[in-house]
This record gives sequence, structure tokens and C-alpha cells, in this order.
Amino acid sequence: MDQADVVKTISDVYSWLTDGAHWRGSDGVIVRTAQHVELSAIALLIAVAVALPIAMWLGHIRKGGFLAVNVSNIGRAVPTFAVLTLLALTSLGIADRTVVLALVLFGIPPVLTNAYVGVREVDRQTVEAAKGMGMTGLQQLLRVELPLAVPLVLNGIRLAAVQIVATMTIASLVSGPGLGRIIQEGFATQNKPELEAGALLVVVLALVVEGGFAWLQRVVDPVRRAHRGDRTPPPAEPALIGAASFVSAEDQTHNAIS
Amino acid sequence: MNFRTGDCLEANSWICGKFLSTRHDQVVAALQQHIELTVETVVIALAVSLPLAIAVRRSRRARGGLLGLATAIYTVPSLALFGLLVPITGLRPATVLVGLVLYSLTILIRNVLAGLENVPSDVVEAARGMGMGRMRILLTVELPLALPSIFAGLRVATVSTVALATIGYLIGEGGLGNLIHEGLTNYFKAEVLTASVLCVLLAIAFDAVLVGLQFLVTPWARIRWTRRTS
Repeated sequence: MDQADVVKTISDVYSWLTDGAHWRGSDGVIVRTAQHVELSAIALLIAVAVALPIAMWLGHIRKGGFLAVNVSNIGRAVPTFAVLTLLALTSLGIADRTVVLALVLFGIPPVLTNAYVGVREVDRQTVEAAKGMGMTGLQQLLRVELPLAVPLVLNGIRLAAVQIVATMTIASLVSGPGLGRIIQEGFATQNKPELEAGALLVVVLALVVEGGFAWLQRVVDPVRRAHRGDRTPPPAEPALIGAASFVSAEDQTHNAIS
Repeated sequence: MNFRTGDCLEANSWICGKFLSTRHDQVVAALQQHIELTVETVVIALAVSLPLAIAVRRSRRARGGLLGLATAIYTVPSLALFGLLVPITGLRPATVLVGLVLYSLTILIRNVLAGLENVPSDVVEAARGMGMGRMRILLTVELPLALPSIFAGLRVATVSTVALATIGYLIGEGGLGNLIHEGLTNYFKAEVLTASVLCVLLAIAFDAVLVGLQFLVTPWARIRWTRRTS
């Protein structure tokens, strides 16, 4: 690839992206981005609503670790393309509802594993102290364990969001909606500027989602927030550091690949 | 279900033994391509990530930059990554291999670095006190102790690669993904389900092989393991 090719590629992609006709209409960039964001957001909400209570409860009673950790490993071994194709061939066919179902399936594992580890690794002495203060099981969970597990819970939600946005892109390969369609059409018609421009748009969306959730993770962490304005840095939380390193070996890597 | 009967192909059943017997050669070829692609990907990624991680581990800035880049690449959906590689590598099979290697790299670099960092410093001190040089400490002390973390990365990278490779059908290099796509365009249920199940089984098989390999190359962990269970 020499310099002339680089210049040509960039100018081709630029002229594709600056052509207003590619942005308007039912298969334009604007509508496709809106579909992508909307279905991903719905799927993320459902995945969190399903996985978070289960994970927190399992972490609280300190049972089901095998399931909670292995669900991520299983999720990784199943190709998103295969699941979407299988769904497309059932009587359900590919509609918004089936795409959301597939997205939820791939969004659940990271939330489940991270939230479980987060709650489970909360310092036992802290929970004992809460019990000693007369808190009920639910109070311990909501007022002690959940706030301390927030960094890992949010980490799981961030991984799920990135995974869902990526899976949504694959949905285009089975004629699903979303931004991936631009890449898929580019591949199908060997139209390089189109597929390159589509890829660029998807990359921007994925990085915005990842960056947004990474920012949220920093802002929302209650332990860190409680110490904002303090002269002293927040105390090292041994249980959470342990949890984070455990997750980084096994599950932080469960990321956006699909 | 007309399992193992003649008309399961005509009935377009999900499970069809006749599909496997009539298309045996095609399935084996796809499986072989999938295995080759996975092995090539992981071997190249390991060969690149080891020296890269060793090179950057002493420099805080280089390490942070590399990990940041790895996270960014990892965030890019596979379909978009293949699209971005097309201007560089063209519409040919190499694009699939390069894309898969990039993903595996991001996983492996992280785990190699974590493995090297978690080597207890007193062990390294002891090795230095015994008069070992830097290279010898790296090869005979640090890398062996980093093996569990490296193997954890290899397992994640391999299983992910098996799943990801299916998308390679777009450039005619998808292994079992070629069958899934063909089944989709022909509305052939047995072909899609068979290829999908084979894909998951292949991932599990690779994972089992790596677990066995780790067992073989970390004899010290094996001794601990037998002591604990006996």
C-alpha cells in the first residue's frame, strides 16, 4: 500500500461520508445509528434487570460461584453469528424482538459474573459489622454490599454494553437492523469506500460507548465519591483490589469481541 | 424429527444425520480450515505478545500506552475491524488472520504483563543473589512463574478466536462460518445447526487441550494439586 493508495482510500471514505444522500432516508446513517443505539439500550436494560438481582443474591448467599463465573466462559465460546443465524431460521425470523433477544443473551454473562464477584468479595468483616448493627439481609445487600461492589458491577455493565453494540453489528449479517448494514452491504457489493466508512462509524460508536461507561465508572463509585475533597486518598480496599485482580485474569477480558 | 432417515433433508429438519453423511467432505474441510486458522492466530499472537510485553514492562508510559491501545482495539466490533483492515490487507484471507491475531494480541499482552508483574519480588531477588543474569532470571524464573496467567490468556484468546473466525466467511475464510452462511442463504437448518454445534465443540476441545498442556508444563502446580487432593 503506497502513499497514493492511502490518499485515495481516505478521500474515497471522506467523500462517502460527506455525501448527504448516505445520511438521509430509511437506510441512511442517521436512521441506522438510531436503530443501533435504541435496540442496544433496550437489550442492555433487560440484561441488567435480569442478571443483576440474580448475581447480587448469589453473591450475598455466597453460592453458585461456579455458575456465575462459567456463564462468561460459555458466552465466549458461542459465536454470536451462529446464534443470530439460528434465530433467523426459526419461525421467529429476524425482527427487532429476536435481535434484542440475542443481544440480551450476550449481555447477561459479563453483568452476572462481575456483579457476583463484586458482592462476594466484599470484606466479610464489614458485612458482619452491618449484621451486628441489626441490619437485615436485604439491608446488608442494598446498603453495604451493593455500594462496595459498584466498581465491579459497573465494569460488568460496561463490558455488556460493548458486547451488545458489537453483537448488534453482527445482526446485520442476517439482515438485521443497525449500522452494521453499511459494512455488510459494502462487503456484499465489494464496495470498499462504503464498507470502510461503515466500519469507521461503528468504531466511533463503540469507542463512545466504552468511553462513556468508563467515565461513569469513575464518577459513580461511591467509595471514591465519599472521599472527594478529602486531603487523604481513599483507603485501599483489600477485598475490592483482590476482586479486581481476580476479574482481570478471568473476566475483564470478556470484552467486546463478537 | 426424522433423525437418520432419508427424508430429513427434504423436510429441512434441524437435526439430520444424512446431512453429515452426504456432505462429510465439505464439513471436514471447513473444520480443518477453522482449526488451522485458530492455531495460526494463537501461535502468531503469542510469538508477538511475549517480546512486546517483555519490552514494555519496565516503562510505565509504554506499558500504559500499549494497554490503552489494546483496550481500544478490543472495543472495536469484529465486523468493523475487518472493514478497517480491508484498505491495508485487501479483500483476501490474510485480512481475517490479521484481525484475529489483533484480538488475541490484546488478550495475551494483558495476561503476559499481569503474569510477569505478579512474580514475587523476593523470588527474583533470590535468583539475583544466586548470581543469575537478567536473561536467565527472565527465562528460568519469571516466565515459568507467569505461565498460569499466560495460559489463562491463551485459553480466552483461543476460545474467542474459534467463535470470531466464523465472520471470516465474508472474505471466504470462515471455516465453519462458511457453512453457517451457506445454510442461511439456502435456508438449510441442519447445516446451520451442525456447523454451530461443531464450533462450540471445537472451542471446548481447544480449551481442554490447553488445560492438559498447562498441566504438563507446570509440574510444580501438579505436585501441589496431587498433595491437595490426596
